[in-house]
Amino acid sequence: MVKGRLCLAALASLLMSGVAFAQEKIKVGVTATLEGTYTVLGEDGMRGFQTALNKLGKKVGDKELEFVVASTDATPDSAVRAVRKLIEQDKVQILLSPLSGDEGIAVKNFAKTRPELTFVNAASGAQETTFVDPAPNFFRYNMDGAQWQVGLGKYAYDTKGYRNIATVGEDYSFIYTQVFGLVLEFCGAGGKITSRQWVPLGTKDFASVIAALPDDVDAIYLGLGGADAVNFLNQYQQAGGKAHLLGGSIMVDQTILSAKGNAKNALIGTIAASGQADTWDDPGWQAFVKDYQAAFPPEKRFPSPSLLATNYYNATTALILGLRKVNGDLGDNQSKLKAALAAIELDAPNGKIKLDANRQAIGTNFVTEVVDDGKGALFSKVAKVIPNVNQTLGYDPAVFAKIGLPSRTVPECKKY
Amino acid sequence: MSRFVERYPGRALAILIAVAAALWLIFATWPPGLEEAFGRKKVFLSAVFNGVTLGGLYFLVASGFTLIFGLMRNVNLTHGSLYLFGGYIGYAVSVATGSWLLSFLCAFIVVALIGAAMQILVFRRIEGQELRQTMVTIGLSIVFADLMLWAFGGNFYQIQTPAALVGPIELPFVTAVKSSGEAVYLQYPMVRLVILLAAVVIGIAMWVALNRTRIGMIVRAGVDDRDILAAMGVRIQLVFVLVFALGAGLAGMAGVVGATFQSLSPGEDLRFLLASLVVVIIGGMGSIPGAALGALIVGLAEQLGSVYIPTYAIVVTFLIMVLVLAVRPQGLLAGR
Repeated sequence: MVKGRLCLAALASLLMSGVAFAQEKIKVGVTATLEGTYTVLGEDGMRGFQTALNKLGKKVGDKELEFVVASTDATPDSAVRAVRKLIEQDKVQILLSPLSGDEGIAVKNFAKTRPELTFVNAASGAQETTFVDPAPNFFRYNMDGAQWQVGLGKYAYDTKGYRNIATVGEDYSFIYTQVFGLVLEFCGAGGKITSRQWVPLGTKDFASVIAALPDDVDAIYLGLGGADAVNFLNQYQQAGGKAHLLGGSIMVDQTILSAKGNAKNALIGTIAASGQADTWDDPGWQAFVKDYQAAFPPEKRFPSPSLLATNYYNATTALILGLRKVNGDLGDNQSKLKAALAAIELDAPNGKIKLDANRQAIGTNFVTEVVDDGKGALFSKVAKVIPNVNQTLGYDPAVFAKIGLPSRTVPECKKY
Repeated sequence: MSRFVERYPGRALAILIAVAAALWLIFATWPPGLEEAFGRKKVFLSAVFNGVTLGGLYFLVASGFTLIFGLMRNVNLTHGSLYLFGGYIGYAVSVATGSWLLSFLCAFIVVALIGAAMQILVFRRIEGQELRQTMVTIGLSIVFADLMLWAFGGNFYQIQTPAALVGPIELPFVTAVKSSGEAVYLQYPMVRLVILLAAVVIGIAMWVALNRTRIGMIVRAGVDDRDILAAMGVRIQLVFVLVFALGAGLAGMAGVVGATFQSLSPGEDLRFLLASLVVVIIGGMGSIPGAALGALIVGLAEQLGSVYIPTYAIVVTFLIMVLVLAVRPQGLLAGR
């Protein structure tokens, strides 16, 4: 009897594998920060990914896309571990990874050890990833942290009249890149940066950092994200902080603007810059927001997609369009797919995106201001739209290369 | 005290000088040269206060941990999970009722009940087998962490500070003197002071309960020699359950505190387990005053470190731990 059942099971599984064989699959590995400080960012990234699948479907010619998701915690080793696991155990052929800056640098370096596979960056934004020694099989359809700050320095100097600012940021590559973009423009316009404070990613107690903020500045720039940003704002409120604020791209973002509690109200009126603006009236953007809202019940999403959702959406879209262009042909070490991906021009919800010679996005940037919609929800409102932002931020490549790589102290506060 | 001075006059003098220097740094108006070399006094003073208040939170967590270890020789590695669970309970209660104080009470009771259940259902069966108990608590902490991830997700939660406690309060410490001669006083978040006060009150209450009451006497006797105490007719199992419940309840309450001035998310359980381990290793396993001293040292090290050597702040705590292990492995205030 037992033997009979076993036989039946074996037969059934044989039949099932036969069905699977008939339809060839393309396996894609996806990573997101589903644990640690950036959990909320990873979750919304996955919503953007799902929104893209809802729109485009999983079919590529007669092949079906199959996705395997792995979780990381924003540290480079967790990202490499997840990517290795996806490749070695799950046998994925294409990677949609990773989310965070340091992860991006690590995954790019890893991509060089697997030149036959294709890596599409999901959302990471450190400059080094595509600027220094780029991997030929690594494609990034989002701008880097410095590109996402274009416009902010001038707006702060000219429109808001800020002359001296201090910065507080998480101590890793993406925020270095963001501060890099801010400092170049703000100091180039004539402003001064009086101090730069760096806190470890995952800091819980900001009380001493808040106490150390200088009093004699016009505004304070916050380059924090996820749980860190919420903790900071909460403790800033408890300490009675009242300074003018400037925000980085993941600080003024729905991941923070939709946080529970009223500490986030400190951000009302804050100016920021990012690859998107919540209230942009462009029809493509509005359609994307509707798709996102329709894909999830209101309590399981933000009122409007975060920057991470948009990045994952764009990366997924680019990958599927690229695969369709070559009809799912992954032969010859995926060379056709790679050529197609490099040539794609995305008509993305947040403006047109095309890739440069390093396979890095050239796109549109937005200067925004945080507004209250009157019902307690906060949104970023467009103040300025800047198209065609490239990785050297409009500088001559030779001049740009002399500035150095973003770090705690680079760039110096001067006109380059 | 006087015996310590007689035996170690050198050390006593060093301690005296350090205390005097610390008091001077806190109360005196800093001369300009010192401000230039060391940063503004406001920053230093805030960091010291933050260290002390953070120490209060660490004390709440670690005191239960050290109490359980002292009596039952059980290194309870689920302590961090109990902290996190208490925080989640507190969050749910404060959202449902809007009452901050009620969330403390509920977190304490619920987590204490879980602690009692763990002692009755699990640890009683493997009493005295320390290695096995440790392994079981590791296993349970992993199970709890996954259950909580399942129930509460990966999002971070914060308990709303009651409106009366939001905002700063002016403390009578001069941070600077304006050119007009007017003194500038330290502004400090009220909620942290309230929490520190609560930690001090709980600490003193525990000390009194342990040293001045009959049940405290039984617990202390149990710490010294369990078997003789049992032989004298004390219902030792009941004492075990009560102490375990109290220790767990304190961790649960600390979770509410942590959720109020920091935030809750998966991974906090391990962070606070590690913090309590470091605190009790520095202070001495099983000693309540040791937990208080250890918590104060760890809190100050973290906060002063985050201001003056931000890059290496994480290392400082562990350096202190290594130093204590090297010089006084039983802990600074260990009984034996």
